[in-house]
Amino acid sequence: MTDISQTPDTSSTAKPKGSLFDKDARTKRRNAAEGRFKLYGIAAIGIGLLMLVVLVTKIVTAGTGAFQQSFLELSVELKEDKLDKKGNRNIEDIKKVSTFGYAPLISTALETEVQNLGIQTDLKPKEMGKILSKAAQADLRNYVIANPDEIGNTVSFRFLVNSRVDGYMKGRVTRESIANDKSISVAQLDLVDQLRDAGVLYKAFNPDFIFGSDASDQRPEAAGIGVSMLGSLFMMLVVLVLALPIGVAASIYLEEFAPQNRLTDIIEVNISNLAAVPSIVFGILGLAVFINYMHLPTSAPLVGGLVLTLMTLPTIIISTRASLKAVPPSIRDAALGVGASKMQSVFHHVLPLAAPGILTGTIIGLAQALGETAPLLLIGMVGFIASNPPDGIVAGFLSPNSAMPAQIYEWSKRADPAFYERAWGGIIILLIFLVTMNTIAVILRRRFERRW
Amino acid sequence: MALSWLLLILLALAVIGYFAGRTRALASAEGDARALHSLPSYYGYNVALTALVPALGLLILWLLAQPLIVDKTVSGMIPDTAITEGSDRGLVMSEVRRVAYGLDGAIAAGTLSDAQARNASADIEGLTQSLKDAGQVLTQDISKPILMAAQKYRSMTAAGSTAMQVVVLLAALLGAAFAYVRTHKEFRARNVVEQGVLALLLLAASIAILTTVGIVLSMLFETMNFFQLHSWKDFFFGSTWAPNFRGGSELSILPLLWGTLYISLIALLVAVPIGLFAAIYLSEYATGVTRSIAKPLLEILAGIPTIVYGLFALLTVGPALVSLFGDGGALGLGWMASSNAVLTAGLVMGIMLIPFVSSLSDDIINAVPQSMRDGSLGLGATKSETVRQVVLPAALPGIVGAILLAASRAIGETMIVVMAAGAIAKFSGNPFEAMTTITTRIVSQLTGDTDFASPETLVAFALGLTLFIITLGLNIFALYIVRKYREQYE
Repeated sequence: MTDISQTPDTSSTAKPKGSLFDKDARTKRRNAAEGRFKLYGIAAIGIGLLMLVVLVTKIVTAGTGAFQQSFLELSVELKEDKLDKKGNRNIEDIKKVSTFGYAPLISTALETEVQNLGIQTDLKPKEMGKILSKAAQADLRNYVIANPDEIGNTVSFRFLVNSRVDGYMKGRVTRESIANDKSISVAQLDLVDQLRDAGVLYKAFNPDFIFGSDASDQRPEAAGIGVSMLGSLFMMLVVLVLALPIGVAASIYLEEFAPQNRLTDIIEVNISNLAAVPSIVFGILGLAVFINYMHLPTSAPLVGGLVLTLMTLPTIIISTRASLKAVPPSIRDAALGVGASKMQSVFHHVLPLAAPGILTGTIIGLAQALGETAPLLLIGMVGFIASNPPDGIVAGFLSPNSAMPAQIYEWSKRADPAFYERAWGGIIILLIFLVTMNTIAVILRRRFERRW
Repeated sequence: MALSWLLLILLALAVIGYFAGRTRALASAEGDARALHSLPSYYGYNVALTALVPALGLLILWLLAQPLIVDKTVSGMIPDTAITEGSDRGLVMSEVRRVAYGLDGAIAAGTLSDAQARNASADIEGLTQSLKDAGQVLTQDISKPILMAAQKYRSMTAAGSTAMQVVVLLAALLGAAFAYVRTHKEFRARNVVEQGVLALLLLAASIAILTTVGIVLSMLFETMNFFQLHSWKDFFFGSTWAPNFRGGSELSILPLLWGTLYISLIALLVAVPIGLFAAIYLSEYATGVTRSIAKPLLEILAGIPTIVYGLFALLTVGPALVSLFGDGGALGLGWMASSNAVLTAGLVMGIMLIPFVSSLSDDIINAVPQSMRDGSLGLGATKSETVRQVVLPAALPGIVGAILLAASRAIGETMIVVMAAGAIAKFSGNPFEAMTTITTRIVSQLTGDTDFASPETLVAFALGLTLFIITLGLNIFALYIVRKYREQYE
């Protein structure tokens, strides 16, 4: 055998197209097109992944700030003649002192601190006090009510500072950016600088953001996501308790018992369509049926849970059916063969084998419900301040509350940019929940998945 | 007695019934379980289910029906003279309800005794004062007919609740007794229980139908109410969206529909090429390792809640676009005034839809038989030629279906447009302007204080119904195409 291309015989034949190794123009063009095509694919995936990276980076950089807060540490003398005039430490008497009663104490403490540190400033005491949060007095009052024995002592207390000062500490607010800002002045920032250098004004981890309650428009520094987290928790309980049994029962019927008839067809078409109905339509349903017709309380996690249940059901049914289908017929046949009824074969043999798949599907459905916002807007879970944690389990289901995504939306609508940082921080917490749930689902699938 | 107590009593009855039934069955067989038709536990389940299920069904029906009946009776009581100008029966009824709840609240707070609340000839000023003392909110002064209606409402509700408890408990006891008496070793308990369980399973499956019916009915009724207050011609064929809560609104869906479709179009222009090329690369070119890394990573984008995309659009993409195209921006064009724009919402929605398009198309491309590729490659086509001329044409119907599904997703998407699209309803082709969509308007018409008598609120239901029909139509069409295509190669 001779390899013609390696020993070209130029004399014998005409060779208009040259060697196979020399690519002609058309081949080159085709190969270039091939390369380009492949490149488009890589670029498309690159763009998708880039977007993911940008999104995650943005969330992390913008949101981590919310977990830190600037505090000013002051020694406050809790004067007995101001806080407990009768001197008998009666808690009712102490509660009668309103937050205004605490303002002079804090103001004095700040002045003393500034003098002790030898800081030179032209600011009046009132102006100096403005670097503190509007929540400072209420915080101190709560502390005193919780520890009435400290009255008369001088305690070291960590005060929240104003959101502008906090923004300055985090680099969000600069001397240039506050030119038109009435709530803070350059002189106050000078004071902040000196207090920071003295070490009494510092940034620290802020657990209140995770566990605390929402605060009004004026006090972004005091707002937390804890209460709406509870709202989400109660909603998820409702979803779990309703959607899991109903979804599993519906899937068992459709997969194991349903006869081939018109009703079954209608049910199947309905389920696949419900999976694609826009979530806001479920919100309209909730508003019309649960609130307007059944007069369930507005903004209650129970109503939110009911709406999300209806929304999650198709997801759970679809995944449960898939895992029931994955159980081989031999299992059913064996059970039937030893005398079990159809119902017994399903409940005693098929269902336990499908359980990991059902669980995985349920967790994914719950994660989807946890992040859903649109229907919650319509049943009134936004537009108010979720400031008190529910007192008890019944109240947890029935009293107005927010939910994590609704709280994030609420923050994103407020005017002060300090709330944006909190919205991103809230997203970090929400995503941590979602990632955890999905990871559990994946682990469950890997751990218990059976190949038949 | 609260509802939770009723439920607990029912549960307790069921548990007692289970053990009683089981014991009775065993006793009838003289303790020899082999003489029974079914396993002993089935006799227990039979009693428990017969006690529980009808009672619970009755309870749910009663809870649904009672408000309807009470409302109808009480609203029939209100004389026409009590309905003031500019108000209607529905508004008066909500006031009646408020007064009734107020009376309950006042009794709970202790400012009012039960007898005072029932006293039909009570002086209204004193009553109003004690309601206010109890921290109850009233929107208007209580008038005599409203007070009487509220008292009737309270007494009917209270009587209804008592009757409900009695009837439900009676049903549970009767059911338990019936099943208990029937319990005997010859009784085919397993068959009966299994029939019952099957019926429950069917009921659970029917909830899907119930939900759809609920969605359609709830929107249909309010939409019909809306069309009584507002002309349907203006809604479907008008050209202006200008809700005005003082009346005289122009409520036309067309500008909203235009905004919705425009934003969806931009989203699809972003998502379809990227998603399709990603799917082609992943299914035709990528090695196993690349695929196993890139595919799940891309699908993370689908798992991110829409509120995150909304915030991303509002705070990152919008300002970035303004700094590019805005006044004094990097390109010096001055085209974009605000970060709320069609382009912002469309781009971000496009990112959200990438994994949706890519994983659906991926499945469809993978379903094209390998033999077709082999044939094309064997004739000397390059890989890209095979993809373009053989695989894609074969997969085209499925891909069209996937795109239609993505379009229906885009049309129904709410959070991104609520946060980033703006609130101006107009016909405009400029993607740098703010525009509004159907979903945005549903949210804005239905949040805050809603009264279900004004066309400005009710229009949201008409919008919702239209949205539902559009997305449903797209979905059914897309699923039909996809299914048809799958059959072709199976």
